[in-house]
Amino acid sequence: MALPQRKTDIGPPHYKQFLPPVIQKNYGDWKYHEVLTPGSMVHVAESGDKLWTVRMASPRILSTDTIREICALAEKYCDGYLRFTSRNNVEFLVSDEKKVAPLMKELKDQKRTVGGIGPMISNVVHTQGWVHCHSACTDASGLVKSMMDELHDYFTTKELPNKVRLAVACCVNMCGAVHCSDIAIVAVHTKMPEINHDNFKNMCEMPTVIGACPTRAISPDPAKKSVKINPDKCMYCGNCFTVCPPISIKNPERDGVAIVVGGKVSSLRSNPKFSKLVIPYISNEPPRWPKVVAAVKHIVDVYAKNAKKHERVGEWIERIGWERFFSLTGIDFTFQSIDDFTFMRDTMRTASTFKW
Amino acid sequence: MKKYNTPLLDDLEKGPWPSFVTEMKKAGKKNEMANDAVGHLEKCYSTKKGYWKHGGIVGVLGYGGGVIGRYSELGEEFPGVAHFHTVRLNQPSGWFYTSKVLREICDIWDKYGSGLTNVHGSTGDLVLLGCRTEALEPLFAEYSSRGWDLGGSGSDMRTPSCCVGPGRCEWANYNTLEACYQITQEFQDELHRPMFAYKSKIKFAGCACDCVASAARADFSVIGTWKGDIKIDQKEVKNYANKMDINAEIVDMCPTKCMSYNGKELKINNSECNRCMHCITRMTKALRPSGERGVTICMGSKAPIVVGSLLSWVIVPFMKMEPPYTEFKAFVRKCWEWWDDNAKPRERIGEVIEAKGMRSFLEAIGVPPQPQQIREPRKDPFIFYTDEDIARFKAKEAEEKKTGKYKF
Repeated sequence: MALPQRKTDIGPPHYKQFLPPVIQKNYGDWKYHEVLTPGSMVHVAESGDKLWTVRMASPRILSTDTIREICALAEKYCDGYLRFTSRNNVEFLVSDEKKVAPLMKELKDQKRTVGGIGPMISNVVHTQGWVHCHSACTDASGLVKSMMDELHDYFTTKELPNKVRLAVACCVNMCGAVHCSDIAIVAVHTKMPEINHDNFKNMCEMPTVIGACPTRAISPDPAKKSVKINPDKCMYCGNCFTVCPPISIKNPERDGVAIVVGGKVSSLRSNPKFSKLVIPYISNEPPRWPKVVAAVKHIVDVYAKNAKKHERVGEWIERIGWERFFSLTGIDFTFQSIDDFTFMRDTMRTASTFKW
Repeated sequence: MKKYNTPLLDDLEKGPWPSFVTEMKKAGKKNEMANDAVGHLEKCYSTKKGYWKHGGIVGVLGYGGGVIGRYSELGEEFPGVAHFHTVRLNQPSGWFYTSKVLREICDIWDKYGSGLTNVHGSTGDLVLLGCRTEALEPLFAEYSSRGWDLGGSGSDMRTPSCCVGPGRCEWANYNTLEACYQITQEFQDELHRPMFAYKSKIKFAGCACDCVASAARADFSVIGTWKGDIKIDQKEVKNYANKMDINAEIVDMCPTKCMSYNGKELKINNSECNRCMHCITRMTKALRPSGERGVTICMGSKAPIVVGSLLSWVIVPFMKMEPPYTEFKAFVRKCWEWWDDNAKPRERIGEVIEAKGMRSFLEAIGVPPQPQQIREPRKDPFIFYTDEDIARFKAKEAEEKKTGKYKF
């Protein structure tokens, strides 16, 4: 069959055609909502109309057949209307109250994971990892699966003082939300890159490579028509590799992950915060990364036990002080947690007010 | 189809959380590319190393972005992933779908690609994961003829995204879904044909809860806000008092301490409220924003490379945000023009503002300096003055001498 005529610059389809009738009717006229269970909520419009939402976990990587199964559920219970959330969960949009319980039951029978609403651990924002990215120094999907198997109860039933947002990035490009999450994993290299000097002049732009280095560790090497890297300045970010293929930095034995905590993006109570480095290095241990999982679980447990209601991880830590965070969690404090980059002067303690 | 032994990945099919390995194997049952992707990934797991070659420049005619080229170093061992390009499909606002269109998307993808997807990519696109170069043009013809266009990649405007907004949220201060759609349409050229120094992202959040994380993940963070009072339903407050300690959970946690509750009546000193949303989100039946609605535009957020992570900071404290969004569109164009004039290659707009200074940026886009833009004034005395600045200060002093009254 002949191909249809291609079109350009049409943009996405207008969202309105995908809104269920109850939303079309009550668009912008919602009065309040209530969380009914960790996996369901109801929105009530000024008109009195109601919309039930049932939220289901997704591994984000979906086969087309699974998408079709999700479609079949939406057809059976939601007249075919559904959406995805900004954390990649599936939401079934139910207009008929009578269909909510049967949908929940069928999801349970199909062993699907329902939850993620309220003061819980919702889905993990993550990246491509070894599945698709050239600069990955860990696998994002495997880490997420391992973490969420362990933390599953916090998605489905167990409440925390507030939401705990988790994220994984497979290199320091930090695609996604690692820099602003309650607890997050970022994969790191820990060794200087190597340069294939013969290929450099054919494949790379020298000014771009020099400009790519945050610590100005790269300088020209005219004899080789290439560049050299100062080992005292390089902190293995890999950004030179991003702009120059003959620079290689992957190292299976030295690549690993770091854990950062205390970030948030909402402005509730306190301003948005960056997440901060607390564990500088854990080796890659596929397929289950047991030490990473144990560390995340441990931080969640200590937070759950100590934080006040409504406090996010970062708010709790700022109230008790970072020295108390380290003593409560028993995490070793290392040189790596002391900033020696751009923000150093703002991160030192310029007061004698601290706890023993 | 090749049968791979995958003991490491098999372990990730166990446990309660939905398994991406199960998804990959499911696609692999009927698709050679997906099957080889499983074998390829098992190899990564066994050696703790990725095998994707650096970069890859592929696309469709007429566009400079939208497809991420990817080739495996192990193309002979795993021919199905020798080419494994990703196609970014621009999602509808708020990620609303019908099953009918999702099925259509799946049918086309099964015909040309691996049958694997990411729903969705972090920027918002529906990601079609893995196809060969020769499939790109026909699949683009099939999708575009059915109303689906590509999203962004490279040094362009990336695909904008938004929170669920007025579609299903009582806190939305503007129509995030329509704004996202209209802005995406307005800047189709900037989205499809990279023309900037680097990427530029726009995200629309209906309130300060920021459910699309715009404050951390967009060069333009467009956050809904209001100028009126928070309306209080005292009857509902009483209902909340039956199940919640209002003083401990609401009043004492208010960041500006502008609330009080005496057991009977909740009071808010609205002029001191900074609209953080805490009280509203905890007592959604009792408290509602009211009055004039609009957005605060913050700018500059980005991930660490190169100068360190940035969170967006306030540029325009308040702007009306209503169709046809003329003011916002003009604002974005002015920002891009200044960025274009001043950026080095691969410099995000936040980095350029930091390097050139807020003054240079604000003057270029015609926004006055305002205390709402800063957390605190500078503490160093290394201050720039222009001759005009001094002339203006002198003129003010001359005026004061005449009137005998100081004006600070």
